[in-house]
Amino acid sequence: MTTIPARGTPLVLGPPGPAPDPTGRFEQFGGQFVPETLVPALEQLDREFRTAWASDAFRAEFAELLQSYAGRPTPVTECHNLSRKLGVRVLLKREDLTHTGSHKINNVLGQALLTRRMGKQRVIAETGAGQHGVATATACALFDLDCTVFMGAVDVERQALNVWRMELLGATVVPVESGSRTLKDAVNDALRDWVATVESTHYCIGSVVGPHPFPWIVREFQRVVGDEAREQTRALLGDDPDYVVACVGGGSNAMGTFTGFVDTTSDLIGVEAGGHGLESGRHGASVARGVPGVLHGARSLYLQDEAGQILEAHSISAGLDYPGVGPEHAALASIGRARYVSATDEVALAGFELLSVTEGIVPALEPAHAIGWLADAAGTEIPKGSSVLLTLSGRGDKDAAQVSEILRARERGA
Amino acid sequence: MSLEAHLRERRSAGAKLLVPYVTGGLDDAWPDVVRAVVDAGADAVEIGIPFSDPVMDGPVIQEASQRALARGATPTSILDEARSLDVDVPLVVMTYCNLVLHAGCARFAAALHDSGISGAILPDLPLHEIGEWADAADDAGVETVLLAAPNSTDERIAAIAERSRGFLYCVSLLGITGVRSELAERATDIARRVKHATDLPALLGVGISSPDQAVAGSAVADGVVVGSALVARLLEGAGPEGAHDLVSGFRTALDDAAAEEAP
Repeated sequence: MTTIPARGTPLVLGPPGPAPDPTGRFEQFGGQFVPETLVPALEQLDREFRTAWASDAFRAEFAELLQSYAGRPTPVTECHNLSRKLGVRVLLKREDLTHTGSHKINNVLGQALLTRRMGKQRVIAETGAGQHGVATATACALFDLDCTVFMGAVDVERQALNVWRMELLGATVVPVESGSRTLKDAVNDALRDWVATVESTHYCIGSVVGPHPFPWIVREFQRVVGDEAREQTRALLGDDPDYVVACVGGGSNAMGTFTGFVDTTSDLIGVEAGGHGLESGRHGASVARGVPGVLHGARSLYLQDEAGQILEAHSISAGLDYPGVGPEHAALASIGRARYVSATDEVALAGFELLSVTEGIVPALEPAHAIGWLADAAGTEIPKGSSVLLTLSGRGDKDAAQVSEILRARERGA
Repeated sequence: MSLEAHLRERRSAGAKLLVPYVTGGLDDAWPDVVRAVVDAGADAVEIGIPFSDPVMDGPVIQEASQRALARGATPTSILDEARSLDVDVPLVVMTYCNLVLHAGCARFAAALHDSGISGAILPDLPLHEIGEWADAADDAGVETVLLAAPNSTDERIAAIAERSRGFLYCVSLLGITGVRSELAERATDIARRVKHATDLPALLGVGISSPDQAVAGSAVADGVVVGSALVARLLEGAGPEGAHDLVSGFRTALDDAAAEEAP
């Protein structure tokens, strides 16, 4: 009996992508810098993922979930109005249209399948803006897993709606009071929990960060974004786009996107959080201003002081408020295959308004950085007439309250 | 002073080993705290060099690390102060690997040696990642203490024991540092498995909070590391005298237990 897909043609995933080297490294970045207690769990995860990902049955089950539950494939939308305005042809990969409203759902569905495969009943996750927390809580509701989400106390305050959503979905949200009380500290506390609960708990990490095999697993679960986009842009343009652009915090949407184009001639551009500007010292531009180091289990690029203490990142968007970047991004930067630019809070706000007004699409603040950067770069760094595929990693509903408050305060000040 | 030789000698003399942990740079008095715990009978002292993101540490040592960092403590300032400690037991640094890699392995190892530090414990540098550091440490004459966990396999414990220097740090439970009301069930199991694998001194640490727990743990292990229980008292303002009192309590209990065991 043939299975009739819920809509459209069945989603077929591309073959597994290249694994990091046997030490879990991309170039000199990555590795496994963790307490001994976590070593057995990471070995188990590596083993399970390798077997699962090579199995057609696992991939078919993942593909079916991505399609019938998350709503994949997502479209690529040609932005005629914005293209006219900027003089470059802008195509958006619409991750904002997935269930839960961002690309995070792709990764969590894959990791939920792995959790079940490993026979674990409890899942922990960190979250910044709440997108990954909501996605994880969603997958745990679907798979009937216990879910605890660590979230910086500062972020709990600025993303109250997402806290409520996670709780509605049955998750326990733990406000993290240590350190700077944001995303970095949420990862610390998730790791601390995992050290104590590792035998029964899976840590569903939300980005291409952390010890091997996480950066590889999350990239593989997110590459569906880039694989789809490549086929879609080829159909629309008859060729690969001149530029592929995505925002980078830890870097999962960018890594998923870049993987689809890394063997093409497209220029890959990651847009980091410029915060108050790179000269201000208050930003999240880890590739531009970070130095090699180890945090959260991986060797990569991190914002640090002269002694090697990790600095707090700053961004208007909680999702980019992370002082490091995934090791594969550090590797792509080191070999020059991708380049990394930054957009300030102001530029991101301009991008947020621009896409809303010109296309009727309200972006999340994270990809609003990429939109804002593109608007400034069109005609200079990005020559007129170029084609650009930009990943719209999430929708802006979660940011509506924050942005409206900023804009209202400005009107009052003016 | 060789950490391993000193601990082996003390063990041969029938002692249960006691290694207190002090956060470097916690306040102006921290060097006096180190001297006080040595005076109270410590066999070696662990000096914590605080890191901004200590994932193996619970609330007590996190708080101490934050306070030290807020005072402006750096690896350099702490090692400078350590140089003038002038104590007659070996000193071991415990810190996280980013501070080491940031300075450069060879430079950091040389700085430890120059400050009179005998060993180093890097809890986020497991056996399969220690290569560059361990070579540099060996060259500088710094002993790298490795950790074994309750969920480590026997094969892994054997490999860890093979490469560990100074002693082998047996993590008593699945979890991070902190004060616990009881000795973990798995503490004696990991100590027994480590003792089976190696003749290296085996010390239990993480969650050893009272003299009774120290005695129970060192019935199998060669001794204990006492961290959060001491640092919690320091955070309350116990100072060198308070530290001396606490460590004396552990020393007396361990000596009494050793005397009972002696033939």
